Amino acid sequence: MLRNEETRSSRQFLSGNEAAAEGVRLCRPQVIAAYPITPQTTLTEKLSQVVADGAFPCKYLLVESEHSAMAGVMGAAMMGSRVFTATSSQGLLYMCEMLSYASGSRFPIVLANANRGTATPWSIFGDHRDSVAMRDSGWIQFYVESGQEALDTIIQAYRIAEHPEVSTPVMVNIDGFTLTHTYDPVSVPDQETVDAFLPPLKTTNRLSLENPKNLCFNIGPDFHMESRYQEQKAFRSAEKVIAQADGEFTALFGRQHHGMVERYRCEDAEYVLAVMGSVAGTTRVVVDKLRAEGKKVGLIKVRCLRPFPSAFFAASGGSCKALGVLDRNISFGYEGALYTETKAALYRPGATVRTLGFIAGLGGRDISKADLELMYEKLENLAAGKPEEEHQYIGLRWS
Amino acid sequence: MAIDYKNLSDRELIYGQKSCPGCGATIAVRLALKILGERTFVCLPACCVSATTNVYPETSFFVNNVVTAFPATGSTLAGMAAAAEMQGLEDVVILGVAGDGGTADIGLQALSGLCERNDNVIYLCYDNEAYMNTGIQRSSSTPWGAWTTTSPVGGTAKGETKIRKNLFDIIAAHRVPYCATASTSYPRDFMEKIAKAKNIRGARFIHIQAPCPTGWGYPAEKTIEYGRLAVESGLWYLAEYENGEVKLNLHPPKFKPVEFYLKGQHRFRHLTEEDYKVIEDQRDQEWALLEKKIKS
Repeated sequence: MLRNEETRSSRQFLSGNEAAAEGVRLCRPQVIAAYPITPQTTLTEKLSQVVADGAFPCKYLLVESEHSAMAGVMGAAMMGSRVFTATSSQGLLYMCEMLSYASGSRFPIVLANANRGTATPWSIFGDHRDSVAMRDSGWIQFYVESGQEALDTIIQAYRIAEHPEVSTPVMVNIDGFTLTHTYDPVSVPDQETVDAFLPPLKTTNRLSLENPKNLCFNIGPDFHMESRYQEQKAFRSAEKVIAQADGEFTALFGRQHHGMVERYRCEDAEYVLAVMGSVAGTTRVVVDKLRAEGKKVGLIKVRCLRPFPSAFFAASGGSCKALGVLDRNISFGYEGALYTETKAALYRPGATVRTLGFIAGLGGRDISKADLELMYEKLENLAAGKPEEEHQYIGLRWS
Repeated sequence: MAIDYKNLSDRELIYGQKSCPGCGATIAVRLALKILGERTFVCLPACCVSATTNVYPETSFFVNNVVTAFPATGSTLAGMAAAAEMQGLEDVVILGVAGDGGTADIGLQALSGLCERNDNVIYLCYDNEAYMNTGIQRSSSTPWGAWTTTSPVGGTAKGETKIRKNLFDIIAAHRVPYCATASTSYPRDFMEKIAKAKNIRGARFIHIQAPCPTGWGYPAEKTIEYGRLAVESGLWYLAEYENGEVKLNLHPPKFKPVEFYLKGQHRFRHLTEEDYKVIEDQRDQEWALLEKKIKS
């Protein structure tokens, strides 16, 4: 372990799950509840070990299901404790009922989801169908590109979730196997730096012996809409808070993750691809290669699916000639979810950008550099007026 | 556990709720809170008690309380108890209150997890023997022969066809430090069990029969009478499990005929003399099993 005195961090060789676990350790949740599911397991194993080692005071609840994992951390959050859980795929779907409980009552829970396809057909491998299916659960959703970003985003997630104007749970999505089980050098910050960024949780949204209250109550038609409106307002506040948190994070830790959305070499780009998650890393390499060949290509990395960076797309997403959107999910009967969201944000009077929706990488199918180059080629074709189907499946064996 | 009844607080910790007249469940919660006191954190799932107490902007509880999802009473309690422990709140009670459906059916998995981990919680199951909050549908705790809206009486059917699940046995099999049955018609027995549970650490479970005039079909003023008849006819028993041993708190010297209990209730009014005999046979088999477990 190499320690850098200047950046107050150590350099470690970690898998994505281990990096996320380091992020959790540094945030020191008082209660963790988790249930094992591939490919989340090594994250919770590592946390079990650090709690057993006494790295920080924490009660680790070994629950009998993901439903109970989310209910357990919600119970602890009701008491005012900082909490953490992690899951994947079927486990996230099994939690579904509790996700809306936690978000509706505005508990600042942080959840790491190791993205994995959903059955059937069974797959333990990665795509975004699990978390995209939970898009409307009322959770803030981040998608990360690397183990480093997983660690950093966990720390940012607590800061955002616990902000009094947000007070909303956050899901950090880490691509199964592609990130969770691959190793990279990761900069692990010191506890003091994290403490400076993330103060202990203070919330009035908790039970209290001094001021007993009722939480998670029933609301009839007379007040229900107002409650939902407040949730929506919290998401609007989150847009600002996510940007602020990223700015302060950069100042303290020296790394920038660009809030809800990152533009990479987009300034004069004519052909731009929008992606979520680990494929952003491969896409950067492809953009650099194509740029070296003189092609004006760029990358938009969508870090948050909720809140969705709609203002960003409305303002600048249409400045290129053709915009492609890569989805590792599919909403049957329509198209990839990110594509739908992006098109809706682009739809403004006078908007002229042409778009393509790419589906790729379902159930762990690799997305190669050649696949990404093909997507840019298709965008170029589209801009040149050549025929291109709007919805395209990249790497499909047969149709 | 001796209770100083004369000096019990007059303060009600559940008050003004919208339950039906004669509600056994409300009696159970009221008596439990009398003993447990103001430093109690209550967790309820969707059930009669939560639906009649907590509708924004009102609550009928004067202690901290939360309403969790139907299957999640045990797991939410576990998280609350974990947080209480981490915050050093030693002199508080984490109390679950759930109905029979929320306990024996949809909540059984989370409750089993709680018992296995021995989380520091008191779980009170008020058993009104069907899903009453949703309008009288059968649960796995509905007795054989009882009419409900989903165990109807008709040309080919005469009410519930299965024998009820024995929650007392299920929880005792987890080897928890304390498990008991009770009845709202035996308040001293119940309150003493609550007081005993309060002084034990770990997972404590009390299963209280709570008659329901609306669902069972009898006049509201007869809740206590029907609870007594259930025990006197041997169709409900008052027992405790502690330190690996089962103890009976009350053994009727001779069971009253079951028809005394069954006849006045709308849900059993289709039953015949032959059916009464079936119920008595079931009762005798259950007591034979129970007596085998009791240390002589």
